[in-house]
Order: sequence, then structure tokens, then C-alpha cells
Amino acid sequence: MTDAAADAPIPKPDAGDRARPERQEPLVAADGRPLKKSLQRSLRRQKLRAFGLVAPLLLFVLVTFIAPIADMLFRSVENQIVSETLPNTTAALVGWDASGEDLPDDAAFAALSYDLAAAVEQRAHTRLGSRLNYETTGISSAFRRSGRGIDDVGEIYLDQFVALDPVWEDSGFWARMIGAEGWAHPAPFAPSAQAQGLLPETAAAYTAFARAMQIRNDDDPAAEEPWAPVYLALQRDLSAADAGDVSAWTGPGAEQLEAAHAAVGGFESVPVRDLIADVDDAWLEHDVWATIKTFSPPYTPGYFLTSVDLKLSPEGAIVAQDDYQRIHVLLFQRTLFMSLVIMGCTILLGYPIAYLISNMPMRTANLLLILVLLPFWTSLLVRTSAWKVLLQQQGVINDTLVWIGLVADDARLTMINNQFGTIVAMTHILLPFMILPLYSVMKTIPPSYVRAAKSLGATNWTAFWRVYFPQSVPGIGAGCILVFILSIGYYITPELVGGTTGTFISNRIAFHISSSLNWGLAAALGTILLVVVLVLYWLYDRIVGIDNVSLG
Amino acid sequence: MAGPPIYATTPQRIWYYGFRVLCGLIFFFLIAPILIIIPLSFNAQNFFTFTPEMLRLDPDGYSLKHYRDFFTNPDWQQALWNSVRIAPAATLLAVTLGTLAAIGLSQPHVPYRRAIMAILISPMIVPLIISAAGMYFFYSRIGLQGTYLGVVLAHAALGIPFVIITVTATLVGFDRSLTRAAASLGADPVTTFFKVQMPLILPGVISGGLFAFITSFDEVVVVIFVGSANQQTLPWQMFTGLREQISPTILAVATILVAISILLLMTVELLRRRSERLRGMSPG
Repeated sequence: MTDAAADAPIPKPDAGDRARPERQEPLVAADGRPLKKSLQRSLRRQKLRAFGLVAPLLLFVLVTFIAPIADMLFRSVENQIVSETLPNTTAALVGWDASGEDLPDDAAFAALSYDLAAAVEQRAHTRLGSRLNYETTGISSAFRRSGRGIDDVGEIYLDQFVALDPVWEDSGFWARMIGAEGWAHPAPFAPSAQAQGLLPETAAAYTAFARAMQIRNDDDPAAEEPWAPVYLALQRDLSAADAGDVSAWTGPGAEQLEAAHAAVGGFESVPVRDLIADVDDAWLEHDVWATIKTFSPPYTPGYFLTSVDLKLSPEGAIVAQDDYQRIHVLLFQRTLFMSLVIMGCTILLGYPIAYLISNMPMRTANLLLILVLLPFWTSLLVRTSAWKVLLQQQGVINDTLVWIGLVADDARLTMINNQFGTIVAMTHILLPFMILPLYSVMKTIPPSYVRAAKSLGATNWTAFWRVYFPQSVPGIGAGCILVFILSIGYYITPELVGGTTGTFISNRIAFHISSSLNWGLAAALGTILLVVVLVLYWLYDRIVGIDNVSLG
Repeated sequence: MAGPPIYATTPQRIWYYGFRVLCGLIFFFLIAPILIIIPLSFNAQNFFTFTPEMLRLDPDGYSLKHYRDFFTNPDWQQALWNSVRIAPAATLLAVTLGTLAAIGLSQPHVPYRRAIMAILISPMIVPLIISAAGMYFFYSRIGLQGTYLGVVLAHAALGIPFVIITVTATLVGFDRSLTRAAASLGADPVTTFFKVQMPLILPGVISGGLFAFITSFDEVVVVIFVGSANQQTLPWQMFTGLREQISPTILAVATILVAISILLLMTVELLRRRSERLRGMSPG
């Protein structure tokens, strides 16, 4: 409170009306306001000013750092690609039970041809194929192969409609008939309510076609002939509609529709299923449809299940991942195990050093501390390349061993591209992070305690183990958590010296981002790692306190 | 070192010297790998080990060819230039915003101080691979992936925690009556800041800046994902070099980097001492 009062604005000489008698009880500040209010105002202004100073950075960090992390969390469950690429199909599959034996009904097959034709036009079908291939192997080839034939599905009806009346080939006619009144090209195509009512599938199929034209090449749909699946939709709609409804059509093309409705019963027809199977017979497989159905919701636990070597079966049950794809649990275990080993090594090597430095006279201690800080300040890449040079088969250590005669020239040790290499290099890199917190705790342990223990008859070992060591435990805790947090997220060093057996989960994340392009899985693995780190960090904060973090 | 006390028994002497030898070995483990690359970088051959000529100290075994390669090879020069372009920009951004925020955070009444602090420190806590993944996803959404600006922003975010921590630590010992005195003598807040506060916290700001600089200058994971070939920095080039065609030029670069880090370390140490001295002088 004293601070706030002192920070209150300095009153200008003419601001206060000092001449007025101030005998009433509410204390008044120099400018005549009640003191309480004045203080509150000054406090508020102070808060605002402090916040104003922090705000730019807060905003900066939120945009450049927190938003990316949030984006990653979002991507780990996001799955809109299926429902966005196959909107009609997923809608047609809503009522279908994926756990049964039966294939979905004709409507779903027909819807697939509408969606897939549009997806092929926008080159989106291979992307969807690879997405679904993460879940059921083999799907991507079905999508890829279908890319060639799907816009011919329904050609049989196209020919018959055109033979009936050439106007069915007229692109402008189609756009007028299906399009909402007043629609014109640059606006996204929208079907009229009447078309959606009488010809629901045709409206959907034509809309998919028109939008694809607009998005892909910025073409005017009214100048492009619809592809064959639209005719399939028209045939299905007209066969299902009754004469009364068709004659009630008031939009453009009423005559033609009525004529077509009368003729469609006599058309030569093929079951939709066969038409699609002609394109690719994978579409007769139950699993393919079940996978689409299972992964049609916009959010999926699928990536997280894959991260722990489980998966959603096509039927939607949680089952174990196929043997050859089971790798993530192993990698998590290895990451934890190796981080623990590295942590253990840093304690073993760091404790004596910290003990030595903290018991040295100031001058020597400072000198030795610099020896600890030098690796800390040296580029990570420099230290990693040093280990690569040292540990190679033709490297310095092997050469020395051969020269001494400990190792035969043809039996040089393999010390790199395995777990040993990763552990040695990372112990070296993380050692300063163990020594510094240990040192800062040991510095505060009074030497008199150990002396007192010895004077009471304790041996050196008892004095150390019963008196000194317990007091250094907080430092060990801090150092351990710090080293552990840093090592489970390490990427560069395992990548360079780890080979195949010494890599961590982070290397897998990088692999999924840059090589396999399975970003959702990378995000899910990252999210799990992030949660582990945050829990450890929370522990660190409880034990050590974040304010005690110091740098060198 | 005075040696063991004269009254020490033989086992105590053995322990005393044994412990020191052990510590010496650990220090050797810490320092030797860094020092060993220095002579190796002068190797006249394209080997990563000491040649017989080098061991005989024959001048023919040594040469500056790897340094020459570093200074003439366009790839390395481009990488150096990129590093020099990215790190200072990121540092400047981190120091400007970070110092302001640290001053704001050190005021007596800041709402949600703990939460704000947690957010600002988070880039230091989150593993780099996760930051890199998130930034890659998000920056490609907003068109910053593969741009100079994107890399600078990402590196600035990574450097900010260091600036916040060092400047906040300096401000703990800052005597607030000095700014009040300045204000009472008629200085406006901006003048007070530059004439009174800034000179006193400057050591903290500079060492925070050095931390931010070294973070950006050494950083490789984030730049690999956020940057494109046009932003290939020195550590990135070293990383590719180590992974693919390992060439001894890397050792020359590493030696130069070790020299830079020794310089930076000395600067930070000097600043820390100066700051402690200043703090010791000012009352409170």
C-alpha cells in the first residue's frame, strides 16, 4: 500500500484546493478526492500500466508460440477431410450399420460417384486415400485407381437422356434448371429449393460438379457439360419421383423433365453397385466402406490410438495395431528408459563435480565453474559432431584403443549409431544441467554440520551419507527433473548418433512430419509428449519453484 | 589447492587424491570432446582422426584448407550469411518486447502474474521438436512457413524466456525510489526509463540478449521445419553435413563456433559480475 501511495501522481501546485478546511472524517488526498478512491484509482492505473507493458509480448507469444501448440493439439484429433471430401457419401452412410455383414445401399454407392468425381477434379481423392490408408492398408490404391474411371459412372444414362432430347447435353440448361434463381458464376453455386425437393440427388451431384468447376479452374459451370454421375443421379431421382410431383415443377425445364420422367422407366439400366465395381472392385469390400463410415466424424481418437499401438477397426471397435506397425509403445518405452539412464549417468558424474566445486575456495570454484559452463555455451551441433568424430570406427577413441593394443584393428568397437552413442553424447550434453542445480544447493549446505557429525564420532562415510547427502537431495531432484525433461524431447543428437536403435519418440515425430506426411499422428505423438513434459514441469515447479530457475 | 590436512591418515589421503583424480577424469570428459576438434580441424587430410604426420607434429600434417573451404564454399557462406541475418533480428525482437514485459511484470501489482509468467516461459519448457511441429503446422496455415519472417518470429519466441528470466532477476535488486526521484525532479516516464532505469538494468538486458542470440544462432530443430532452403543457417548446414556427406569443414566451423561461445561466455560472466557490483553499491 505504501508503494501505491507513493506512486500516486505528484499533485501540481495549483491542483489541490488546500485552503478548504479538511476536518470531515473521509481522508482527502491533496487534490480533494477521498483518499481511498484516489488510492484505488492509482492502483488501477498502475495495474493497467503494468499490463500495458506486458501486453505486446503476451500477444506476441500467444500468436507465435501458443497458437502453434494449440494448432498441433487440434490436429491430433481433427479429421474433417473425410466428411469434407465425401459429404454426400458420409450422409448416405449415416443409417448404415458398419458392424453388420451387408454392404451399404445403392444410395451410398451413387453418392460415392458424385463425391469422388468432384474430389478427382480437385485432386483431393489421393489425399483422402492416404489418410484412410493409415487406418486400413490398401484403401489408398482403391482411391487412386478410381480416379481414372469414376466420372464415367452413369455414362449409360447420359447417352439415353441425350438420345431422348439433346437439350440434356446443354450445359446452360442444367445450370438454369438446378441453380437457385439469380445465381451467376462468380458466386458459389447453390441449387434451388425446388430442385432439392424433387431431385435431391441430382441437386447434390450437380452442386458437387459445379463447385468443383468453380474451385479448380474458376470455370463457369453454366458453360461446362456435367459429368456422367449427374445423369446417374437424375435417373435415380426420376425413377423414384411420381408423375404428379414432376408435373408440379415450375422452374426451367418443366417439359423436358416430364418427358424424361415418362421415358426413364423404359431406360436400359444397370445396378449402381455394378457400375462402381466396374471402376474398381475394391468398392465391393465391406472393410473399405466400414472404414469410411468409422472415420467420417469430424473428430477422431484414431491418431491417439495409433500412438499407443491400438487402432479403430473398420467396425469401430478398439483393437490392437497390426504387428508390423507396432512401434510407438516401444519408442515411448525406449525414450523413457534411455532418459532414465542418461539421468542416472548425469547424477553419477555430476554429483562429485558439484561436491568438489562447492567445497573449493571461491577463486578456484569460479574457475572450475567456467569449465562446466563452457560446454553449456558451446553449440549443440559442435558437441554432437565432436562425439561423432570421437566414437566412429575410424575415430579417435578406436584409434587410441588400437594403438594401445586393447582392441584388434579388425575388431574396432561399434560405439556410434546405437544406444551407447546416444547415451554417451547426451550425458555429456546434459551434464551441466545436473551440475548447476546441484551446485547451487550444495553451496548452501553449512560445512559445520558434517564437522559436528564427525566430532560426535561419525565415520567419513556416515557423516556424508546421514548428514550431507540428505541435504543435497533437493538439488538432485531439481537436476533430475531438468535433465529428464530435456532428454525426453531431444531430437538432434539421437538423430545424428542414434542410428536405428538409439532414436527417440521425437525422431518419429519428425519422420511423420517430413517423410510419411502423417501430420495427425505426428500431432498426437507430440501431444502425448507435451503432456508428459508439462506434468514433469508442474512437479518441478512444486519442488523447486520456477522463480528459482537461474542461468549460469 | 592446499592438499590434504597434515593430520590425515593414509586412507584419507588415498581418498583425497582418488576423489580429485576422479573429478579430473569427469572434467576431462566434459572438456576434451570440445577441445579435440580444434587440432583436428587443422588436419591436412580429409580424415576425422589424427594422422601420423599430425602426431609427429610435422607441419605438413597441418593446414588451413578446411577453413579456406568454409570461407570460399558458397553453401557455407550462404549459411553463415543466413545465420547472421536471422539471429540479430530475432534477438532485437526478443530483447525489446522481453525487457518491456519484464519491467511490467516487476511492478508491484500485476494481475494474473503467475499465468502470464507461465505463458512467457513456456517456449523454454516445451521440447523443441514439439514447438517445431506446432509452428510448422500453424505457420504453413498462415503462409509464414519457409519465409525469413517466419524463422525470425519463431526464434524470437524461443529467446524470449531467457530475456524475461535475466531481466527480471536484475530488476529484483532495482531500487524503485530512483525512478520516483527522477519523476519528482520532473522527468517524464520515457526519460526516466532511458536515463535512470535502463543504464542500471543494462547488464541484465545484454546478457538476456546474448542468451537469446545464442539460442537463435545455435537453433536447428525449429529452423529445419519453419525455414526453407533459403533460410538454411549454419547449424542446419552442419546438421545436414553430419547426416549426409560428413566433411571436415564441419570441424573448422565447429572450432569457429567454440571461439565465439568462449567470447560470449566471458562477456556474460563479466556482465554478471558488474551487475552484482552495481547491485551491491545501490542501497536496498
